[in-house]
Amino acid sequence: MESFFYIILGLVAIFCAYRAMLAQRLLSSILYLACVSATVSVILYLLGAQQVAVIELSVGAGLVTVLMVYALSVVGDDAQDLLSVIPKPLAFCIVALLAVLAGFMVYNPNPMSDSTLQTTSFSLATVLWQVRVLDVWIQIALIFSGVLGVLGLLSEKAAPTSKKGEVHS
Amino acid sequence: MNISALNIVLIIIIGLLGVGLYGLLITRNLIKIVLVLQILVKSAMLALVLAGKAAGNLDLGQSLAVTVIVADTVVAVVGLALAVQVRRRFGTLDVPQISTLRG
Repeated sequence: MESFFYIILGLVAIFCAYRAMLAQRLLSSILYLACVSATVSVILYLLGAQQVAVIELSVGAGLVTVLMVYALSVVGDDAQDLLSVIPKPLAFCIVALLAVLAGFMVYNPNPMSDSTLQTTSFSLATVLWQVRVLDVWIQIALIFSGVLGVLGLLSEKAAPTSKKGEVHS
Repeated sequence: MNISALNIVLIIIIGLLGVGLYGLLITRNLIKIVLVLQILVKSAMLALVLAGKAAGNLDLGQSLAVTVIVADTVVAVVGLALAVQVRRRFGTLDVPQISTLRG
């Protein structure tokens, strides 16, 4: 029964990701991406990572979606069907090669099972705040970078352009 | 073939990774590139949690996934800010067109 849920959720996630990639309108792509985030958070919950599932749902499906819709409202929704830089058959062949290589990794005589799991002696708080404390500092630095990014996103003036030969008075 | 739930999640990860990589190869719009990167990062985050669960240390996988979520959000914010500024300056979001412009 659990495998059935995983299969349904996986199909929904991959379909939404595919539609997000190929949708003509950017707003539709963003909404499909929010669906992918929500589905991934449900999968994380079923895997037992409840804390990460909540963070992914609030940040991935909430904050990032709002930011993308805001950026879209600033730049405008350009419904363009541009030709890709790389020919699509070549891109498909590269991805198919990746899938074949990954298939060798998935297909093994001893599939992963829950029976081999061991209980861990650390809680998430211990791992995050004590064992992986360097990650927390890196996250703080990243958050400051994100704040600078938000300032760039919200700034009204365009970046200054300097033309050669222009005389400034 | 006996496929456990964890193997199904591994197939989901490969599917999302394939879709994201294909989108990254064929996409020319700057905002859509940020969007496709989000799909790729989600599959990587799912892989980290799955690896933690398979190794019996789920909390370590969760801790790494939280770091990935923070980095992913910052990448999205900075990428969108860049896209907005590029659009204001050049009037387009088409990457090959931007690379041929002289500003």
